[in-house]
Amino acid sequence: MASLSLIDVHKTYGSTAVLDGVSLEMEPKEFVAFLGPSGSGKSTLLRIIAGLETANSGEVWLDGTRIDQLAPGDRGVSLVFQQYALYPHMTVRENMAFGLRNAKVAEPEISDRIEKVASTLEIDQLLDRKPGQLSGGQRQRVAIGRAIVKVPKLFLLDEPLSNLDAALRNRTRVELAQLRQRVDAAVIMVTHDQAEAMTLADRIVVINDRRIQQVGSPMEIYDRPANRFVARFVGSPAMTMLPVTLDPGSGSNATVQLAGGTKVATQIICAAIGKNENLELGLRPECVTITAEGSGTLDGEATIVERLGDRTLVYARLSDGSEITAVDRGDSRLKMGDRVGLLIEGRSAHLFAQDGTGYHSGLPA
Amino acid sequence: MTARDRFGGYAFVLPFVSAYSFLLILPFIMGVWISFHKADLFGAREWIGPDNYVRLFDDPIFYQAMGTTFMLALMIVPALTIITMLLALALNRATRSAAIFRGLFFSSSVLSVTIVTLIWRFVLTPDAGLIAKVLAAVGLEPIPFLSHPDLTVPAIAITTIWWGLGLPMMLFLAGLQQIPQDMYEAAALDRASRWTTFRHITLPSLRRTTVVVVMLQTAAQLQIFGQAQLLTSGGPSGSSRPIVLYIYEIAFGRWELGYAVAAAEVLFVLVLLLTLGQYWFANRNEEPGR
Repeated sequence: MASLSLIDVHKTYGSTAVLDGVSLEMEPKEFVAFLGPSGSGKSTLLRIIAGLETANSGEVWLDGTRIDQLAPGDRGVSLVFQQYALYPHMTVRENMAFGLRNAKVAEPEISDRIEKVASTLEIDQLLDRKPGQLSGGQRQRVAIGRAIVKVPKLFLLDEPLSNLDAALRNRTRVELAQLRQRVDAAVIMVTHDQAEAMTLADRIVVINDRRIQQVGSPMEIYDRPANRFVARFVGSPAMTMLPVTLDPGSGSNATVQLAGGTKVATQIICAAIGKNENLELGLRPECVTITAEGSGTLDGEATIVERLGDRTLVYARLSDGSEITAVDRGDSRLKMGDRVGLLIEGRSAHLFAQDGTGYHSGLPA
Repeated sequence: MTARDRFGGYAFVLPFVSAYSFLLILPFIMGVWISFHKADLFGAREWIGPDNYVRLFDDPIFYQAMGTTFMLALMIVPALTIITMLLALALNRATRSAAIFRGLFFSSSVLSVTIVTLIWRFVLTPDAGLIAKVLAAVGLEPIPFLSHPDLTVPAIAITTIWWGLGLPMMLFLAGLQQIPQDMYEAAALDRASRWTTFRHITLPSLRRTTVVVVMLQTAAQLQIFGQAQLLTSGGPSGSSRPIVLYIYEIAFGRWELGYAVAAAEVLFVLVLLLTLGQYWFANRNEEPGR
């Protein structure tokens, strides 16, 4: 049985639609990330699940119970707010006890649960402090603790790492990964940061423009993006997109022709593409490597060179003016303005039809 | 900090400090000085030491006026605080009708004390007042709000509450607006009932505002004057005479400036101690950093 099911959820604000027929099934104890740019509707979806917003139509089910008509507190979900939303005049202990008292949990059990959660999260020293006396990272832990003590069936995390500095963010990310091992519940995390989604989630739900664009494991999303949006949004630096035409001489696998006439042989089955002739060739940076000028698939001029230590990112301009991102070795001697050869690895290439649909090597997507 | 910066800083506060000193600090010091004199309004001064104060603490009318003043403050401040908080809670929404009512309740604050007492005279007067007419219509005797010694103080209190709704209501509304919405959402997810939410989220969040309202109102109502003078002239037989009215009568009726100033200094110290006491009481458990 699925833990959470969303069935055809619609939401509008006035005449503006924010969610348009969203359906999703979650496995028990699954960690799902809602990934999308701001304004994509991902936070609205989270708030509909929590009961803080009401959908115009559609159903929300959790562990076999329909919850979309229940009050937020009766749904068996906990939400960790982006700004934590701790009660400023209550101590950490009171913050954590508040929900349990309202649910009429017996006092000895309340203190039991708080002690246990506080020691797991290493906040037992902070129980008698107020939120104003805590650092950002400590507040974050308290907010998570307040969610855990309620023993929910589903955890909702709204941009949990966005308020932390870089060092703390990495540490908290590891802690969140450990946390989900300890809690007996499904987790949904809303984020606009693909690295968070990729590292933490079992499955990623990419949301944009009111709809789910793709649901899949992090590697599926990365390797076989359903459409142009997902391909560009996931992966950093973004996938290079070059306009191409399908070569009429292609065999069973598609060969495409770049604007300059260069041909690239892909392993994408022609039959899947059908009659689409004007396509876009999608290339992850790691599919394009730097060689000496004249010895690659095509030549270009390095416009920006980013040295990351283990590898070097090269942004090159082709003769027709289009941009391409390539990878070179970490000890690359390349300078801006150098002429370079670009070797395209055709078997990892993606093709996108004009409507945005993605085609990938091997089995049809 | 360079000398130039320091000079710049002083230059910025100088206009205020000079006006404040000239209009408040200097008169206050002069007042203390005058209170040790037998003085009238025409400049006659005779040093008499603490005699004015000795006389004051022997003056039964001073005690009566102080009693009336505190009675008025006790009737007005708690009622005004609770009523304006409830009004703010009811009107803290973005509807058109809420906006209209906010304006309506605030409108009394812009009236001068003369108009306010005139309006309430129309309501309270036993000859042809609104209440008297309503009572007459159901066959009851009119109530002498403005002449019965037990009713004059409540009458002044009601007038003052009606007049003073605006500012505290606005302060409470501002306080309510400062409570982050996600606090209420967290409470909803914590299964808090409406009452629990009010008791544990809204009320504690309004703590500082409440302290400000109570302090401002206490300081203001201990100096109540216009309504009492215009509604009842302090009568009958001084039963509704607050201390400022008494000070006014001494200074401008009996021309005993030194004695009046002595009473004013005592009132000043009392107001100061009371408001500081309230501030201390409200903040005694407040930890630093929040």
